[in-house]
Amino acid sequence: MEKRPEDNPTASQDPSLDVVRETSDEVIARRQGMFGVLGTGDTSGYGGLVRQVEMPGATAPPYGGWMDDVTAALTAATRDGGLDAAIEKVVVHRGEITFFIRREHIAAVAKLLRDDEDLRFELCSGVSGVHYPGDTGRELHAVYHLLSMTHNRRIRLEVAAPDADPHIPSVVATYPTADWHERETFDFFGIIFDGHPALTRIEMPDDWPGHPQRKDYPLGGIPVEYKGGTVPPPDQRRAYN
Amino acid sequence: MGIEEKLPSGVLLTTVEGVAGYMRKASFWPATFGLACCAIEMMTTGGPKYDLARFGMEVFRASPRQADLMIVAGRVSQKMAPVLRQIYDQMPDPKWVLAMGVCASSGGMFNNYAIVQGVDHVVPVDMYLPGCPPRPEMLIDAILKLHDQVQHTKLGVNRLAEIEAHEDAALKALPTGQLKGLLR
Repeated sequence: MEKRPEDNPTASQDPSLDVVRETSDEVIARRQGMFGVLGTGDTSGYGGLVRQVEMPGATAPPYGGWMDDVTAALTAATRDGGLDAAIEKVVVHRGEITFFIRREHIAAVAKLLRDDEDLRFELCSGVSGVHYPGDTGRELHAVYHLLSMTHNRRIRLEVAAPDADPHIPSVVATYPTADWHERETFDFFGIIFDGHPALTRIEMPDDWPGHPQRKDYPLGGIPVEYKGGTVPPPDQRRAYN
Repeated sequence: MGIEEKLPSGVLLTTVEGVAGYMRKASFWPATFGLACCAIEMMTTGGPKYDLARFGMEVFRASPRQADLMIVAGRVSQKMAPVLRQIYDQMPDPKWVLAMGVCASSGGMFNNYAIVQGVDHVVPVDMYLPGCPPRPEMLIDAILKLHDQVQHTKLGVNRLAEIEAHEDAALKALPTGQLKGLLR
Protein backbone atom coordinates (compact mmCIF):
# COMPACT_ATOMS: atom_id res chain seq x y z
CA MET A 1 0.00 0.00 0.00
CA GLU A 2 1.20 3.48 -0.79
CA LYS A 3 1.88 5.89 2.00
CA ARG A 4 0.75 9.41 1.34
CA PRO A 5 1.44 12.72 3.01
CA GLU A 6 -2.16 12.85 4.27
CA ASP A 7 -1.16 10.19 6.80
CA ASN A 8 0.73 13.06 8.33
CA PRO A 9 -1.34 16.24 8.07
CA THR A 10 1.58 18.64 8.28
CA ALA A 11 3.52 18.15 5.05
CA SER A 12 6.61 16.30 6.15
CA GLN A 13 10.10 15.76 4.84
CA ASP A 14 10.16 12.26 6.30
CA PRO A 15 11.48 9.96 3.55
CA SER A 16 9.39 7.05 4.89
CA LEU A 17 6.33 8.93 3.63
CA ASP A 18 7.56 8.93 0.04
CA VAL A 19 5.29 7.40 -2.51
CA VAL A 20 6.95 4.09 -3.29
CA ARG A 21 6.14 2.37 -6.57
CA GLU A 22 7.21 -1.06 -7.68
CA THR A 23 7.24 -0.11 -11.34
CA SER A 24 6.96 3.11 -13.23
CA ASP A 25 6.14 3.85 -16.83
CA GLU A 26 8.59 6.69 -16.88
CA VAL A 27 11.91 4.87 -16.79
CA ILE A 28 14.34 7.04 -18.73
CA ALA A 29 17.55 5.08 -18.28
CA ARG A 30 18.94 1.87 -16.86
CA ARG A 31 22.41 1.96 -15.33
CA GLN A 32 24.49 -1.12 -14.75
CA GLY A 33 27.53 -1.68 -12.57
CA MET A 34 29.31 0.87 -10.52
CA PHE A 35 33.00 1.36 -10.99
CA GLY A 36 35.55 -0.33 -13.17
CA VAL A 37 36.40 -0.87 -16.78
CA LEU A 38 33.65 -2.08 -19.07
CA GLY A 39 33.99 -5.59 -20.49
CA THR A 40 36.98 -6.66 -18.42
CA GLY A 41 37.34 -8.17 -15.00
CA ASP A 42 35.53 -6.02 -12.49
CA THR A 43 36.96 -6.69 -9.05
CA SER A 44 34.90 -4.06 -7.23
CA GLY A 45 32.04 -6.44 -6.45
CA TYR A 46 29.53 -3.86 -7.65
CA GLY A 47 29.41 -4.99 -11.28
CA GLY A 48 26.00 -6.63 -10.85
CA LEU A 49 24.20 -3.53 -9.68
CA VAL A 50 21.30 -2.42 -11.84
CA ARG A 51 19.65 0.90 -11.23
CA GLN A 52 16.56 2.32 -12.93
CA VAL A 53 16.53 6.04 -13.54
CA GLU A 54 12.87 6.98 -13.48
CA MET A 55 10.87 10.17 -13.44
CA PRO A 56 8.40 10.58 -10.58
CA GLY A 57 4.92 9.48 -11.55
CA ALA A 58 1.83 11.53 -10.88
CA THR A 59 0.58 11.55 -7.28
CA ALA A 60 -3.12 10.86 -6.75
CA PRO A 61 -5.10 13.45 -4.75
CA PRO A 62 -5.71 14.29 -1.95
CA TYR A 63 -2.28 15.71 -1.18
CA GLY A 64 -3.04 17.07 2.29
CA GLY A 65 -3.11 20.51 3.80
CA TRP A 66 -2.90 23.61 1.66
CA MET A 67 -1.70 21.68 -1.40
CA ASP A 68 -5.27 20.60 -2.17
CA ASP A 69 -6.42 24.22 -1.92
CA VAL A 70 -3.74 25.37 -4.35
CA THR A 71 -4.47 22.51 -6.75
CA ALA A 72 -8.22 23.22 -6.66
CA ALA A 73 -7.71 26.94 -7.14
CA LEU A 74 -5.28 26.39 -10.01
CA THR A 75 -7.53 23.84 -11.69
CA ALA A 76 -10.51 26.19 -11.43
CA ALA A 77 -8.47 29.13 -12.71
CA THR A 78 -7.12 27.21 -15.70
CA ARG A 79 -10.64 25.93 -16.52
CA ASP A 80 -12.02 29.47 -16.39
CA GLY A 81 -9.16 30.68 -18.54
CA GLY A 82 -9.79 27.99 -21.14
CA LEU A 83 -6.51 26.20 -20.40
CA ASP A 84 -7.94 22.80 -19.45
CA ALA A 85 -4.95 20.87 -20.76
CA ALA A 86 -2.38 23.09 -19.04
CA ILE A 87 -1.62 20.82 -16.05
CA GLU A 88 0.08 17.65 -17.20
CA LYS A 89 0.49 16.04 -13.78
CA VAL A 90 1.00 16.86 -10.12
CA VAL A 91 3.82 15.31 -8.13
CA VAL A 92 4.08 15.48 -4.35
CA HIS A 93 7.47 14.41 -3.07
CA ARG A 94 8.91 14.95 0.40
CA GLY A 95 6.27 17.49 1.31
CA GLU A 96 6.84 19.58 -1.79
CA ILE A 97 4.40 19.96 -4.67
CA THR A 98 5.38 20.21 -8.33
CA PHE A 99 3.00 21.07 -11.15
CA PHE A 100 4.08 19.83 -14.57
CA ILE A 101 2.77 22.42 -17.05
CA ARG A 102 2.50 21.89 -20.81
CA ARG A 103 4.93 24.31 -22.35
CA GLU A 104 2.54 26.22 -24.62
CA HIS A 105 0.55 27.29 -21.53
CA ILE A 106 3.31 28.24 -19.11
CA ALA A 107 3.10 32.00 -19.72
CA ALA A 108 -0.68 32.06 -19.20
CA VAL A 109 -0.48 29.79 -16.15
CA ALA A 110 2.19 32.01 -14.60
CA LYS A 111 -0.10 35.00 -15.00
CA LEU A 112 -2.96 33.10 -13.34
CA LEU A 113 -0.71 31.99 -10.47
CA ARG A 114 0.31 35.57 -9.80
CA ASP A 115 -3.07 37.27 -10.20
CA ASP A 116 -5.65 34.78 -8.89
CA GLU A 117 -6.90 35.74 -5.45
CA ASP A 118 -6.57 32.24 -4.01
CA LEU A 119 -3.13 31.65 -5.49
CA ARG A 120 -1.20 34.94 -5.31
CA PHE A 121 2.26 33.57 -6.09
CA GLU A 122 3.93 36.96 -6.22
CA LEU A 123 7.55 35.87 -6.31
CA CYS A 124 9.39 33.69 -8.79
CA SER A 125 12.64 32.95 -7.02
CA GLY A 126 14.36 31.29 -9.93
CA VAL A 127 14.28 29.50 -13.24
CA SER A 128 16.51 26.44 -13.40
CA GLY A 129 17.28 24.02 -16.18
CA VAL A 130 17.65 20.25 -16.15
CA HIS A 131 18.89 18.01 -18.94
CA TYR A 132 17.61 14.42 -19.10
CA PRO A 133 19.26 12.94 -22.21
CA GLY A 134 17.35 9.66 -21.71
CA ASP A 135 13.91 11.26 -21.49
CA THR A 136 13.19 11.04 -25.22
CA GLY A 137 11.11 13.89 -26.58
CA ARG A 138 11.32 15.86 -23.30
CA GLU A 139 15.05 16.19 -22.80
CA LEU A 140 15.13 19.74 -21.48
CA HIS A 141 13.18 20.82 -18.41
CA ALA A 142 12.77 24.32 -17.00
CA VAL A 143 11.90 24.50 -13.31
CA TYR A 144 10.28 27.54 -11.68
CA HIS A 145 10.12 28.05 -7.91
CA LEU A 146 7.25 30.25 -6.79
CA LEU A 147 6.47 31.77 -3.41
CA SER A 148 3.17 33.22 -2.27
CA MET A 149 3.92 35.81 0.38
CA THR A 150 0.20 36.36 0.94
CA HIS A 151 -0.47 32.74 1.87
CA ASN A 152 3.08 31.64 2.79
CA ARG A 153 3.17 28.77 0.31
CA ARG A 154 5.83 27.50 -2.01
CA ILE A 155 5.23 25.51 -5.19
CA ARG A 156 7.31 24.38 -8.12
CA LEU A 157 6.46 24.37 -11.82
CA GLU A 158 8.18 22.15 -14.33
CA VAL A 159 8.03 22.47 -18.10
CA ALA A 160 9.55 20.04 -20.59
CA ALA A 161 10.73 20.66 -24.15
CA PRO A 162 12.34 18.34 -26.70
CA ASP A 163 15.98 18.84 -27.59
CA ALA A 164 15.01 19.15 -31.27
CA ASP A 165 12.72 22.11 -30.54
CA PRO A 166 14.02 23.75 -27.35
CA HIS A 167 11.47 26.56 -27.15
CA ILE A 168 9.56 27.53 -23.99
CA PRO A 169 7.48 30.72 -23.64
CA SER A 170 9.06 33.33 -21.37
CA VAL A 171 7.44 34.32 -18.06
CA VAL A 172 9.30 37.65 -17.88
CA ALA A 173 6.08 39.55 -18.69
CA THR A 174 4.62 38.17 -15.43
CA TYR A 175 7.73 37.78 -13.29
CA PRO A 176 10.35 40.42 -14.26
CA THR A 177 12.85 38.79 -11.88
CA ALA A 178 12.97 35.78 -14.19
CA ASP A 179 14.82 37.88 -16.78
CA TRP A 180 18.38 36.96 -15.81
CA HIS A 181 17.39 33.47 -14.67
CA GLU A 182 16.02 32.69 -18.12
CA ARG A 183 19.17 34.10 -19.67
CA GLU A 184 21.24 31.82 -17.44
CA THR A 185 19.11 28.80 -18.29
CA PHE A 186 19.48 29.65 -21.97
CA ASP A 187 23.23 30.08 -21.54
CA PHE A 188 23.79 26.76 -19.79
CA PHE A 189 21.09 24.53 -21.31
CA GLY A 190 20.18 26.14 -24.64
CA ILE A 191 16.49 26.47 -23.82
CA ILE A 192 15.15 29.36 -25.94
CA PHE A 193 12.61 31.40 -24.00
CA ASP A 194 10.26 32.89 -26.60
CA GLY A 195 9.17 36.42 -25.76
CA HIS A 196 12.17 37.21 -23.56
CA PRO A 197 13.20 40.87 -24.06
CA ALA A 198 16.92 40.16 -24.64
CA LEU A 199 17.89 36.54 -24.55
CA THR A 200 21.70 36.61 -24.60
CA ARG A 201 24.37 34.73 -22.71
CA ILE A 202 24.87 35.93 -19.16
CA GLU A 203 27.56 33.72 -17.58
CA MET A 204 29.72 32.47 -20.44
CA PRO A 205 31.50 34.79 -22.90
CA ASP A 206 29.26 35.97 -25.75
CA ASP A 207 31.07 33.91 -28.39
CA TRP A 208 31.06 30.65 -26.43
CA PRO A 209 30.07 27.59 -28.48
CA GLY A 210 27.64 25.13 -26.92
CA HIS A 211 25.74 25.01 -23.65
CA PRO A 212 28.03 23.72 -20.88
CA GLN A 213 25.55 22.30 -18.36
CA ARG A 214 24.13 19.73 -20.76
CA LYS A 215 25.03 16.17 -19.85
CA ASP A 216 26.73 15.58 -23.20
CA TYR A 217 28.96 18.66 -22.94
CA PRO A 218 32.58 17.64 -22.34
CA LEU A 219 34.10 18.75 -19.05
CA GLY A 220 37.27 20.00 -20.73
CA GLY A 221 40.51 20.53 -18.84
CA ILE A 222 44.14 19.93 -19.63
CA PRO A 223 46.57 17.15 -18.67
CA VAL A 224 48.31 17.95 -15.39
CA GLU A 225 52.05 17.37 -15.26
CA TYR A 226 53.67 16.12 -12.09
CA LYS A 227 57.30 15.29 -11.61
CA GLY A 228 57.81 12.15 -13.66
CA GLY A 229 54.20 11.73 -14.74
CA THR A 230 51.15 13.22 -16.40
CA VAL A 231 47.52 12.86 -15.34
CA PRO A 232 44.88 13.34 -18.06
CA PRO A 233 41.85 15.58 -17.41
CA PRO A 234 38.94 13.91 -15.59
CA ASP A 235 36.76 13.02 -18.57
CA GLN A 236 39.65 11.41 -20.43
CA ARG A 237 40.60 9.03 -17.64
CA ARG A 238 39.24 5.50 -17.56
CA ALA A 239 35.47 5.25 -17.71
CA TYR A 240 33.38 4.54 -14.65
CA ASN A 241 30.33 3.05 -16.44
CA MET B 1 61.49 54.12 -18.76
CA GLY B 2 63.65 57.16 -18.19
CA ILE B 3 67.23 58.28 -18.32
CA GLU B 4 68.32 55.50 -15.92
CA GLU B 5 67.76 52.97 -18.70
CA LYS B 6 70.35 54.75 -20.85
CA LEU B 7 73.21 54.64 -18.34
CA PRO B 8 76.33 52.70 -19.30
CA SER B 9 76.96 49.56 -17.27
CA GLY B 10 79.32 50.02 -14.36
CA VAL B 11 79.38 51.46 -10.88
CA LEU B 12 76.96 54.25 -11.76
CA LEU B 13 74.32 51.87 -13.10
CA THR B 14 74.54 49.44 -10.19
CA THR B 15 74.28 52.32 -7.72
CA VAL B 16 71.20 53.69 -9.46
CA GLU B 17 69.75 50.15 -9.54
CA GLY B 18 70.19 49.84 -5.80
CA VAL B 19 68.52 53.17 -5.07
CA ALA B 20 65.68 52.65 -7.55
CA GLY B 21 65.09 49.11 -6.24
CA TYR B 22 64.93 50.33 -2.67
CA MET B 23 62.44 53.08 -3.59
CA ARG B 24 60.30 50.68 -5.56
CA LYS B 25 60.08 47.99 -2.90
CA ALA B 26 59.50 50.49 -0.11
CA SER B 27 56.54 52.02 -1.91
CA PHE B 28 54.84 48.99 -3.37
CA TRP B 29 51.12 49.45 -3.84
CA PRO B 30 48.92 46.49 -4.70
CA ALA B 31 45.84 46.67 -6.94
CA THR B 32 42.73 45.00 -5.62
CA PHE B 33 42.02 41.96 -7.72
CA GLY B 34 40.11 39.62 -5.43
CA LEU B 35 38.30 36.99 -7.48
CA ALA B 36 37.35 34.27 -5.00
CA CYS B 37 38.04 32.92 -1.52
CA CYS B 38 41.74 33.89 -1.66
CA ALA B 39 40.55 37.50 -1.60
CA ILE B 40 39.31 36.97 1.96
CA GLU B 41 42.83 36.00 3.03
CA MET B 42 44.20 38.94 1.05
CA MET B 43 41.88 41.34 2.86
CA THR B 44 42.84 39.78 6.20
CA THR B 45 46.46 40.36 5.31
CA GLY B 46 45.72 44.06 4.99
CA GLY B 47 43.82 44.11 8.28
CA PRO B 48 45.16 44.97 11.76
CA LYS B 49 46.22 41.46 12.83
CA TYR B 50 48.61 40.65 9.99
CA ASP B 51 49.10 44.33 9.14
CA LEU B 52 50.55 44.69 5.68
CA ALA B 53 51.09 48.35 6.65
CA ARG B 54 54.34 47.19 8.27
CA PHE B 55 55.69 46.98 4.72
CA GLY B 56 53.98 50.13 3.44
CA MET B 57 51.45 48.10 1.44
CA GLU B 58 48.16 48.61 3.23
CA VAL B 59 46.72 50.87 0.53
CA PHE B 60 45.04 48.56 -1.97
CA ARG B 61 44.51 50.84 -4.94
CA ALA B 62 41.15 50.64 -6.64
CA SER B 63 42.70 52.21 -9.72
CA PRO B 64 45.28 50.20 -11.67
CA ARG B 65 46.94 53.47 -12.67
CA GLN B 66 48.28 53.87 -9.12
CA ALA B 67 49.29 50.26 -8.53
CA ASP B 68 52.60 48.44 -8.85
CA LEU B 69 51.54 44.91 -7.93
CA MET B 70 48.54 42.90 -9.06
CA ILE B 71 47.67 40.15 -6.57
CA VAL B 72 45.46 37.77 -8.57
CA ALA B 73 43.54 36.22 -5.67
CA GLY B 74 41.29 33.43 -6.90
CA ARG B 75 40.35 31.45 -9.99
CA VAL B 76 40.23 33.32 -13.30
CA SER B 77 37.32 32.32 -15.50
CA GLN B 78 37.51 32.48 -19.28
CA LYS B 79 35.18 35.45 -19.15
CA MET B 80 37.29 37.29 -16.56
CA ALA B 81 40.57 36.74 -18.46
CA PRO B 82 40.23 39.70 -20.88
CA VAL B 83 39.22 41.96 -17.98
CA LEU B 84 42.27 40.85 -16.03
CA ARG B 85 44.51 41.54 -19.01
CA GLN B 86 42.99 45.00 -19.41
CA ILE B 87 43.65 45.84 -15.76
CA TYR B 88 47.22 44.64 -16.21
CA ASP B 89 47.67 46.75 -19.34
CA GLN B 90 46.35 49.80 -17.51
CA MET B 91 49.00 49.51 -14.78
CA PRO B 92 52.04 51.73 -15.42
CA ASP B 93 55.49 50.15 -15.68
CA PRO B 94 57.27 48.83 -13.70
CA LYS B 95 54.63 46.32 -12.60
CA TRP B 96 54.58 42.91 -10.99
CA VAL B 97 52.03 40.09 -10.76
CA LEU B 98 51.59 37.71 -7.85
CA ALA B 99 49.45 34.61 -8.54
CA MET B 100 47.87 33.91 -5.16
CA GLY B 101 46.64 30.37 -4.52
CA VAL B 102 46.69 27.25 -6.70
CA CYS B 103 43.77 28.36 -8.88
CA ALA B 104 45.52 31.50 -10.06
CA SER B 105 48.81 29.60 -10.38
CA SER B 106 47.64 26.51 -12.29
CA GLY B 107 43.85 26.22 -12.35
CA GLY B 108 43.95 24.20 -9.15
CA MET B 109 40.98 21.96 -8.55
CA PHE B 110 39.07 23.54 -11.46
CA ASN B 111 40.52 21.57 -14.34
CA ASN B 112 37.62 22.24 -16.69
CA TYR B 113 36.36 24.32 -19.60
CA ALA B 114 35.39 27.39 -17.56
CA ILE B 115 38.62 28.29 -15.76
CA VAL B 116 41.90 29.57 -17.19
CA GLN B 117 44.54 26.99 -16.26
CA GLY B 118 46.89 29.41 -14.58
CA VAL B 119 46.89 33.17 -14.90
CA ASP B 120 50.30 32.98 -16.61
CA HIS B 121 48.36 32.17 -19.79
CA VAL B 122 47.17 35.79 -19.73
CA VAL B 123 49.79 37.90 -17.93
CA PRO B 124 53.45 37.33 -16.96
CA VAL B 125 53.66 36.14 -13.34
CA ASP B 126 56.57 37.07 -11.07
CA MET B 127 55.65 35.05 -8.00
CA TYR B 128 53.55 31.93 -7.57
CA LEU B 129 52.02 31.33 -4.15
CA PRO B 130 50.58 27.84 -3.54
CA GLY B 131 47.87 27.09 -1.00
CA CYS B 132 44.10 26.70 -1.04
CA PRO B 133 43.80 29.40 0.14
CA PRO B 134 47.25 30.44 1.42
CA ARG B 135 47.37 31.84 4.94
CA PRO B 136 48.12 35.55 5.36
CA GLU B 137 51.59 34.63 6.62
CA MET B 138 52.22 32.83 3.32
CA LEU B 139 51.04 35.84 1.34
CA ILE B 140 53.31 38.12 3.37
CA ASP B 141 56.17 35.70 2.78
CA ALA B 142 55.51 35.74 -0.96
CA ILE B 143 55.35 39.54 -0.92
CA LEU B 144 58.64 39.79 0.97
CA LYS B 145 60.29 37.44 -1.52
CA LEU B 146 58.91 39.64 -4.26
CA HIS B 147 60.28 42.70 -2.44
CA ASP B 148 63.67 41.02 -2.66
CA GLN B 149 63.23 40.56 -6.42
CA VAL B 150 62.16 44.18 -6.80
CA GLN B 151 65.15 45.39 -4.79
CA HIS B 152 67.50 43.50 -7.09
CA THR B 153 65.79 44.37 -10.37
CA LYS B 154 68.38 45.40 -12.89
CA LEU B 155 68.16 48.34 -15.25
CA GLY B 156 69.26 49.16 -18.77
CA VAL B 157 71.91 46.91 -20.34
CA ASN B 158 72.07 44.78 -17.19
CA ARG B 159 68.35 44.13 -17.47
CA LEU B 160 68.67 43.08 -21.12
CA ALA B 161 71.43 40.62 -20.22
CA GLU B 162 69.30 39.26 -17.36
CA ILE B 163 66.31 38.72 -19.67
CA GLU B 164 68.51 36.85 -22.13
CA ALA B 165 69.87 34.61 -19.36
CA HIS B 166 66.33 33.80 -18.17
CA GLU B 167 65.25 33.05 -21.72
CA ASP B 168 68.16 30.62 -22.23
CA ALA B 169 67.45 28.86 -18.95
CA ALA B 170 63.75 28.52 -19.80
CA LEU B 171 64.51 27.04 -23.22
CA LYS B 172 66.84 24.44 -21.70
CA ALA B 173 64.51 23.51 -18.82
CA LEU B 174 63.08 19.99 -18.86
CA PRO B 175 59.26 19.74 -18.79
CA THR B 176 57.94 18.72 -15.39
CA GLY B 177 56.51 15.48 -16.75
CA GLN B 178 59.96 14.34 -17.88
CA LEU B 179 61.76 15.04 -14.63
CA LYS B 180 63.16 12.02 -12.88
CA GLY B 181 64.02 11.29 -9.29
CA LEU B 182 62.42 11.94 -5.94
CA LEU B 183 59.19 13.88 -5.75
CA ARG B 184 60.44 17.21 -4.48
